Amino acid sequence: MGNETTVMKIYFELNGETRYEEMESGESLLSLLRRLGMKSVKSGCDTGDCGVCTVLVNGRAVRSCTTFAAQVRGKQVTTVEGLGDVDDPHPLQEAFVEAGAVQCGFCTPGMILVAYELLQRNDAPTPEGVRAWLSGNLCRCTGYVKIVDAVLLAARWKREGRWR
Amino acid sequence: MALKGKAVGVNVRKVDGLALAAGRPKFTLDMDVPGALIGKILRSPHAHAEIIGIDTSRAEAVPGVACILHHGNVERIPYTTAGQGWPEPSPYDNFLFDRKVRFVGDRVAAVAAETEAAAEEALRLIEVEYKVLPAVLSPEEALAEGAPVIHDEEDAEGIHDAQHNVAAAVDIPVGDIEKGFSESDVIVEATCEIPYSQHTALEPHCVIAYFDEDGRLVLRTSTQVPFHVRRIVARVVGLPLERIRVVKPRIGGGFGSKQEVILEPVAAALALRTGRPVRMALDRAEVFTSSRTRHPMRVRVKLGAKADGRLHAIEMEALSNTGAYGAHSLTVLSNTGSKTLPLYNKAPHLWFHGQAVYTNLPVAGAYRGYGATQGYFALEVAMDMLAERLGMDPVELRLKNHIRTGETSPIFEKIGEGREGKPQIVRSCALEECLRVGAEKIGWAEKRGEKRRKGRWAYGVGMACSMQGSGITGIDMAAATIMMNENGSFRLLVGATDIGTGSDTILAQLAAEILGVPVERISVYSSDTDFTPFDTGAYASSTTYVSGMAVVKAAQEVHEKILEVAAGMLEEPAQDLELSEGRVVSKATGKSVTLSEVGHRATYVVDQQHIIASASFVPPESPPPFAAFFCEVAVDTETGLVRVERFVAAADCGVPIHPRLAEGQLEGAVVQGIGHALTEELLFFPKGRCVNANLFDYKIPSALDVPDIEVVLVDSQEPTGPLGAKSIAEVGINGPLPAIANAIYDAVGVRLCRAPFTPARVLAALVERKER
Repeated sequence: MGNETTVMKIYFELNGETRYEEMESGESLLSLLRRLGMKSVKSGCDTGDCGVCTVLVNGRAVRSCTTFAAQVRGKQVTTVEGLGDVDDPHPLQEAFVEAGAVQCGFCTPGMILVAYELLQRNDAPTPEGVRAWLSGNLCRCTGYVKIVDAVLLAARWKREGRWR
Repeated sequence: MALKGKAVGVNVRKVDGLALAAGRPKFTLDMDVPGALIGKILRSPHAHAEIIGIDTSRAEAVPGVACILHHGNVERIPYTTAGQGWPEPSPYDNFLFDRKVRFVGDRVAAVAAETEAAAEEALRLIEVEYKVLPAVLSPEEALAEGAPVIHDEEDAEGIHDAQHNVAAAVDIPVGDIEKGFSESDVIVEATCEIPYSQHTALEPHCVIAYFDEDGRLVLRTSTQVPFHVRRIVARVVGLPLERIRVVKPRIGGGFGSKQEVILEPVAAALALRTGRPVRMALDRAEVFTSSRTRHPMRVRVKLGAKADGRLHAIEMEALSNTGAYGAHSLTVLSNTGSKTLPLYNKAPHLWFHGQAVYTNLPVAGAYRGYGATQGYFALEVAMDMLAERLGMDPVELRLKNHIRTGETSPIFEKIGEGREGKPQIVRSCALEECLRVGAEKIGWAEKRGEKRRKGRWAYGVGMACSMQGSGITGIDMAAATIMMNENGSFRLLVGATDIGTGSDTILAQLAAEILGVPVERISVYSSDTDFTPFDTGAYASSTTYVSGMAVVKAAQEVHEKILEVAAGMLEEPAQDLELSEGRVVSKATGKSVTLSEVGHRATYVVDQQHIIASASFVPPESPPPFAAFFCEVAVDTETGLVRVERFVAAADCGVPIHPRLAEGQLEGAVVQGIGHALTEELLFFPKGRCVNANLFDYKIPSALDVPDIEVVLVDSQEPTGPLGAKSIAEVGINGPLPAIANAIYDAVGVRLCRAPFTPARVLAALVERKER
C-alpha cells in the first residue's frame, strides 16, 4: 500500500441536480454513483469490457468503472434513473420493454444510455448502424435481435415526436 | 384448451420489464445493508498442492479485519456444490475449506473485513505453506496409469473410482451394437471436442448474508436454486434449515452457472462467525476460473446405416472433464446420450458409454444444454458425413430418421437423472415442419453444395437438429399458491426462479388465463424460501412446464372456489357459471357478479374464507422441445476467419405462452452457441493457470459479431403441458456448433471437429487439405 488517499469534494450535475460530493482520489465513478444510490449502474468486469456500468457524461457514453469519480468535476452525469421511472418512463425505456429487449435486465441500463446517445445524434439509424454503435456493450441473454428492434422502434417514435 | 387465449399466446408486458429498464434496485447487491463486512477469498496459486501450514496472524492484525476462515478452524463436512434435488447425484467431494487445493483458483481461506481494502490487504498477508503436487491437466493424463490421485481424501462420498480419477461413468447398451454395425451398409465416425467455456452471465455471483430481527440467517443471493441453497448451506454450516431464509431478487443471468452453491456457504460461515452481515461478490476473473464452466468433452459418434439412409446402429462415447470437483459430472455425462440419441429413434442398436474424469483445472458444472450440446456437436457432424457418404440430402436424412409424435425411444427408460429413466412417448413433435420452414427460409435447396465464391471468401450452408427435455421426470417438483384479494386481484406465490427468462410473466399469464383476468391483476412473488412454496429451481428447462403446471393446478382450484361463492350469490349451480373478464357469468341466465363482489363477500360477509389454493406438480415425463438450425457462413480462405452470414432457427416448444419471450430464449441460446463455435475457449498456461480470465481476451459475441438471428416458432400442442406448452430455454444452444461446422464443410470442404473454429484452426485445416 503506502499510497496516501486524498479525500476531495467536487461539484457535478447528477440527473439534472447539482451535487457537491466527497470522494477518495482513487474512487471510480461507478463506486461513487452506486454510493449515491444510483443502483442502475452495474459492475460486470471492472475492466471496461462489458459496458454494464455505462453512464452519460456530458451526453457521451463512458465506462464508469474505468473513469475516476474526480473526472466528472463540473460535468453533467446521466444514469438511467435520470431518463425516467416506472410511473413515467422515457420512450426509450418503454421501447426496450415493448420490443422484448429486457431479459435479465443487467445490461439494460447501459444499453439504454448508449442507445440514447445514438438517437440524440441520429434518429434514423440503420440496423447495421445500431449494431455497430451498441457493439461495446455486451448482452448474454438476448442475442441482440430485440435490442436492435427496440432502438429502431424508439428511433421511429422519436421521429414521430414521441420523445423528451 | 384453446391454443390462444386472452393471456396465453399474447406478448403481454414483462411484469418486471419497466422496473428493470428504469434501473430500479432489484438485484442482489443493490440493497445496502448497514454495517456489512466485505468477504473475500484467498485462492490457490497452484493446480495441485497440500496445505502444510497456514499462518493468519499478520493478516488478523490488519485494522478492520473481523474474521479469517480456513481448513484449520471450520468443521470438515463433505458436500456437493451442485444445486440438484436431494439426494444429489453428484459426489460429495467439496469441503468449505480443505487441506488440499485442486486447481489454480481453488479456495484456501476467506476473510471478512470492514472495507474492501482491508480484506485485500489481509489476503496478501495470509501465509500459506504449500507442498506442490504433480498436477493432472488433461483427461488423458487423469486416466493414465499411475496418475496422481486428485481426490485421495477418505471422507468424500459418491465418487465412481477416486483412485483412477473417475468421478462418474455410464455404460448403456441397447440391442447388439456389433451386430448393428455388421448389418449396416455404411458406417461413419466423427470425434468432436468442446473446450472449457464459461457462461459469462453479466452479473457475477454475489450474495449478502445478514440476520433478521429474530436472528435468523437471511441469504439474499444470485441463484437459480434458492431451496437447494437453503438445504446445502444448512448442511455445511450446521444450522437447522428453518433458521435460514434464502431470497432470490432479480438475477443478472445464470445459464446454469448459478445452479451451483458457491459463495453462499462461505458468506453464511463468515456471518455466523462474526455475527455481522457479510457482502460477497466474485470478480470477473474469479467468475471465469472459480465459479463453474461447461464440461469440456470429447465425443466420438459412430453411425451405421442401411443404404436407404435408415440408421441401424449408433455408438456414442464421451470423455468428460469435470475439473477439480465432480459437480454435475454424472448427470451432464448422462444427458450427453439421453438428450441426443432419442432424436434418431429408428436405430435398434445403440451403445452409449463414457466417463467423467477429474483434472486439476477449473470446475465444470451445469451449463445450458447440459451435455446435450457436446453430444449434438459430434452426432450432427456425423449425420452430415453420413448424408455425404449416402449421397443424400442432410435434411432428407433427418426426415428419414427423426422421432415422431406417438413414438418412443428405449433411451428414455434407460437413462435418467443419474439413475434409470422412465419410459415416455413423444406426444408432440413438429420437427418435420421446423425442418421444412428452416430449409425454405435459408434457401437450402438453392445454396447447398453451390460452392459460391466471392474473391477470397467461400460461402456454404449447413444444418443440424436438436431436442432437449422439459424438466426432470419424477424428480423435479414445483408448487404454487394463489390467493385472491377481496377486490378480485390475485397474489401468485411461486418457488419458481426467474433468472431473467421471464418466468414470472409466463406463470402470471397461465394464472390469468384460467382466472379470466388481465395479467396486471396478478402480482407475482417468487423464490423466497420463507414466503413461497417449494420449487426445485430454474434448470433443466423446467420452469414453464413444471412450475407452469403447478400454477395451472392451483388456478383451477381457485377458479372452483370462486364459482362456489358466486353460486351462492347468484343462487345458481356452480356448473352453470363461468369466469370471464373479471366476472362470474351464468351461462343459463346471463346474470353476473364481479370478482370484487365475490372477493368482498368471501372475505367479510358470508361463510368467510380466504379464497386460496396451493398445488404441487411432479412431471411424469419430460416432453422434448425440438429445433432445426440452418446457417450460411462465409470463410475467408486466406485468413481462416469464419463469419456467420445468416442463422435460422425453427423450434417447436409446444404452445408458446409468450411468443416474444420464447423467441428471445431461442435467439439468446443461438448466439451463445455461435460464441462456442467461433471464439469461446478458456486457455491455460502449462501449470494450469488460466490465460484469458477476462472479457477482453475471452470473446463472447457482441452485436456486431452475429447476424440478425431469424427464429420461427412452430406450434405444437403438448397434451401434458400447461395449456399446451413445453420448454424452450436450452434447445437452441445445441445447434450452432454442428450447423456451423457443417456449413464450413459445405463452403471449403474441411471438417472442423475441435471448437472453437478460430481462424488458426480453419486455416490449418485448409492448408492440411491442400497438402494432402
